Amino acid sequence: MKLLTGNDLKTGFVTWWTGSDWSIHIEDAVDVGEHGEAILAVEEAARRVNAPYIISGEMTPDGPRPAHIKDRIRALGPTVRPDLTLKPADPAAGDWVI
Amino acid sequence: MYKYDEYDHAMVAARVAEFSDQVRRRLAGEITEDQFKPLRLMNGLYLQLHAYMLRVAVPYGTLDSRQMRMLAHIARKYDRDYGHFTTRQNIQYNWIKLEDAPAILEDLASVEMHAIQTSGNCIRNISSDQWAGAAADEITDPRPWAELLRQWSSFHPEFSYLPRKFKIAVIAADEDRAAMRLHDIGIQIVEKDGVHGAAFYVGGGMGRTPMIAPLIKDFVPLEDMLSYAEACLRVYNRYGRRDNIYKARIKILIHELGADEYRRQVEEEFAHVKSLGIDPPKAEFDRIAKQFAPPALDASAPDAIDRSDPDFAVWVDQNVAAHKVPGHAIVNISLKPIGGIPGDASSAQIDLMADLAERYSHDELRVTHAQNIVLPHVRKADLYAIWQALDAAGLATPNLDLISDIIACPGLDYCSLANARSIPVAQKIAARFSDLGRQKELGELKLKISGCINACGHHHAGHIGILGVDRKGTENYQLLLGGSGAEDVSLGTITGPGFDEDGIVDAIERVTDRYLAERSEGERFVDTFRRVGMAPFKEAIYG
Repeated sequence: MKLLTGNDLKTGFVTWWTGSDWSIHIEDAVDVGEHGEAILAVEEAARRVNAPYIISGEMTPDGPRPAHIKDRIRALGPTVRPDLTLKPADPAAGDWVI
Repeated sequence: MYKYDEYDHAMVAARVAEFSDQVRRRLAGEITEDQFKPLRLMNGLYLQLHAYMLRVAVPYGTLDSRQMRMLAHIARKYDRDYGHFTTRQNIQYNWIKLEDAPAILEDLASVEMHAIQTSGNCIRNISSDQWAGAAADEITDPRPWAELLRQWSSFHPEFSYLPRKFKIAVIAADEDRAAMRLHDIGIQIVEKDGVHGAAFYVGGGMGRTPMIAPLIKDFVPLEDMLSYAEACLRVYNRYGRRDNIYKARIKILIHELGADEYRRQVEEEFAHVKSLGIDPPKAEFDRIAKQFAPPALDASAPDAIDRSDPDFAVWVDQNVAAHKVPGHAIVNISLKPIGGIPGDASSAQIDLMADLAERYSHDELRVTHAQNIVLPHVRKADLYAIWQALDAAGLATPNLDLISDIIACPGLDYCSLANARSIPVAQKIAARFSDLGRQKELGELKLKISGCINACGHHHAGHIGILGVDRKGTENYQLLLGGSGAEDVSLGTITGPGFDEDGIVDAIERVTDRYLAERSEGERFVDTFRRVGMAPFKEAIYG
């Protein structure tokens, strides 16, 4: 599968294309298939997301996951700070300012 | 410590206002990321894997408690309650929001700090000896000269778009605690016939093509120092390879020209530059130097230390260094607890170190290139109270310069340039060698890890160095032996094929075991390596 990702303009957070919008949760990502370049062009023009790009991924029992370790770490957070990783059930996810 | 004058305040305030407007325009969609990127980089704002990262300059690693508390405040208010002290004596925040950047820069400006020139192809933060002004072996405090270089290089119109980034270090002791010869320009203040001057080493660096800076001039009169530095930069700016990013650093230019030809061109340029009046009048330098006047320390303060608490005694032996004034000491605070992240400190820890500096160290702290913190001016009689406070906060690990005092870049956990993770490898090595007796048996052993060829973790300069690479989508770690960033500077040599994350830890254990078997009396690891060579270590690693 192909995933579209980038970093949110305002927060810099990693964000994933959901089919109609962007989400900080990798679980919401959809396979953009052959349409990635077209969506990318539209979204680049919209300037909400920095440097969006298309990556390879795979569907797992836990949901979509990037193929390469760098994007897996982007998706799930630094491996050395599990307390900072993104938890979909956490209503405060994306607003960690203490 | 240097205090901003009206010009410093005005320059920083103007830059904050300018960048705030640039951020506003970016958020409003008025400028593209391609247009904005060079602007944000000039203000230390990167976009990393998970968020924006802000790199804040700590000039020559020196700061006071008010500034340190501001660093804690920023960590608490705008980041995730911690900061990462770096190998360039700076601090980085990993989770910054673009919309918060103007407010952060305003907060920094309120305590005479900024993030200007912490990125981009300009002269970066001037680094120095973290024990400057306190070290028993220095001939003078190098920081007034570092400050002069800071003022000269800040917003220097000719050097804002160099072929590549440019790093300068200044020291004033024979013991090199700043990796001086691995900088683009390394300056050592030296003494000749009772007069101080500057020895210029130019063209060092790590990264893809590591090089040790050759001596270009052994004695530049200090009143000519800025003009000579200007000449060095001008030759580089004129002929540096702007066509190829991998060959754009000054080390490549000097390597290709040869040190003699580069020196000839610099001398020719210097003859011209000296007529321009760049060097400040003595009164101006004296104004700067006065602000680095040593604190009033009581040389009759008691010299004895009550070592009856064994844990305290161990910490004193490992982390406390000699001060130039009797009855005083330099405290080195390790940010390398076993299992921790090298260089990271929570806001509470940063606040605590600020409190200790204010109470016990004449309000001064230093950031070291080894990612630790220093309290430079401490009465020996106060050491026990300081240790107790540090110990309660998890900051009293007695491992300075031991194998667990690891330099590690953020690596693939944070950095968009990295190919492999550095921090988990550092944590596993520290855990493997967690026994303090074992660490002390190994003695001074500087282990440095980089997650990519850019070498932010100084792997070339480690007695043991580790370089993380991407091998067909998998993290792989190359092992280097025999490097040093100190006065016995050398570059490490790769042992052979790399290892996976667990394999590299095993390989290091085989290396240290072989060292213990091979070493002669009084030899450090790197001494033994230099004497016996790579072969026995290779045999131990690969069979």
